[in-house]
Amino acid sequence: MASHPTLEDVHHEHHIVGPKTYGTILFALLCLTALTTGIAFVNLGVFSPIAAIGIAVIKATLVILFFMHVKYSSRLVKLTVSAGLFTFLVLITMTLSDYISRAWGLW
Amino acid sequence: MDSQTVAVRHEEEIAHHEGEHPHYLRHHFETVEQQKEASSFGMWLFLLTEIMFFGGLFMAYLLYRNWYYDAFASASNTLGIGLGTTNTAVLILSSFTMAMGVYCAEKRNRRGLLLSLGCTIILGLVFLGIKSIEYHEKYVEHHIPGASFSIDDFVHPHDKRDIALDPSTAQHAQIFFFLYFAMTGMHALHMIIGVSILFALFYKAWHGAYTTGHTAIIDNFGLYWHFVDIVWIFLFPLLYLISRHPLH
Repeated sequence: MASHPTLEDVHHEHHIVGPKTYGTILFALLCLTALTTGIAFVNLGVFSPIAAIGIAVIKATLVILFFMHVKYSSRLVKLTVSAGLFTFLVLITMTLSDYISRAWGLW
Repeated sequence: MDSQTVAVRHEEEIAHHEGEHPHYLRHHFETVEQQKEASSFGMWLFLLTEIMFFGGLFMAYLLYRNWYYDAFASASNTLGIGLGTTNTAVLILSSFTMAMGVYCAEKRNRRGLLLSLGCTIILGLVFLGIKSIEYHEKYVEHHIPGASFSIDDFVHPHDKRDIALDPSTAQHAQIFFFLYFAMTGMHALHMIIGVSILFALFYKAWHGAYTTGHTAIIDNFGLYWHFVDIVWIFLFPLLYLISRHPLH
C-alpha cells in the first residue's frame, strides 16, 4: 500500500535459527563454563575476577545473540537490548563513581 | 438497494481479508511479521526492567564485597564449587532445549516441541533440586544469616589454608550470605515461575497449540528462560569463583 512506504523497513525478514547453530553455541557455553571453573583454581591475583567476569560476558553475549536471536533481529530489538545494557552500566558507573569519590569517615 | 450492495461488498471484503491472513493476526496489525516484532519488543521491554531489578542486587554485591572483602572471600569459599558448576551446566543445557523448543514450534513439529519443553522442565527441576541441596547445606552449617548464624567456621577455619577472621570481621560474612540468598533466591523464584509456565505451555502444546504458525508465546517464554540463564551465568562466577585466591 502506498500509504505505508516504510512498512518494509519496519518488517524484518524472519530468520529461523537451526539445531546446528544451537548445538555449536551449547558446546561453546559448556567449554567456557569448564574454562571459568578451571581458571578459578589458578592464582591470577587481581586478574581472577577480571577473567571470570570476562568469560561470563562472552557467555552472556553468545546466549543473547544466538539463543535469543538478537543477531537475526531487527534494529529496533537490537537498540532495545543495547539500551538495557547501557542503563545497567549507568547504574554501576554512577554508583561506583559516587562510592570511590567520597571522603569516607570525614563528614 | 445501494446500501445493500455496499454491505455485501463489505462482507466479501471481510471474507477475503480473513482468507488472506491467519486467524491469530490481530486486526490492529498489518502483517504477521509486524505482530511478531511488536510482541518480542514488548517482551524485551519487560526484560529491561528485569535487568534493572537484578542490577540493583549485583550493585549491592559489588559494593559490599569491596567493603567487607575478607569476610566475603571466606564466606564465598564455603560454597560448593562442584554443585555450582553442575548447576551452571544444567541451566545452559536447559537453555539449549528451550531454544530447540522455539525451533520445533517454528517448524510446526509437535512431538519435537513437547520433547523440548519436557526436557526443559526436567532440567529446571534438577537445577532447583541441586539448589535446595545447597541451601540445606547452609542450614546445617549455620550459615543462614540471622539469629542461628554461627561465625565458628570463619574464626576457626577447618582448612589450614583459609585465614582465620577475627570475630567482628566474621560477622560480616552474614552480609555475604544475605546477598547470596537474596540473589540466588530471586533467581530460583524466577525458575519456579518459569517451570510453572512451562507446565502450562506443555499442556497447551499437547493439545496442539503453538505448532500452527502462531509461536509468539513460545518465542517470548524462550526469551524469559534465556534471560534467567544469563542471570545465573553472572551469579555463578561472582558468588562461587572469584574469591578462591583472595588478595592480602
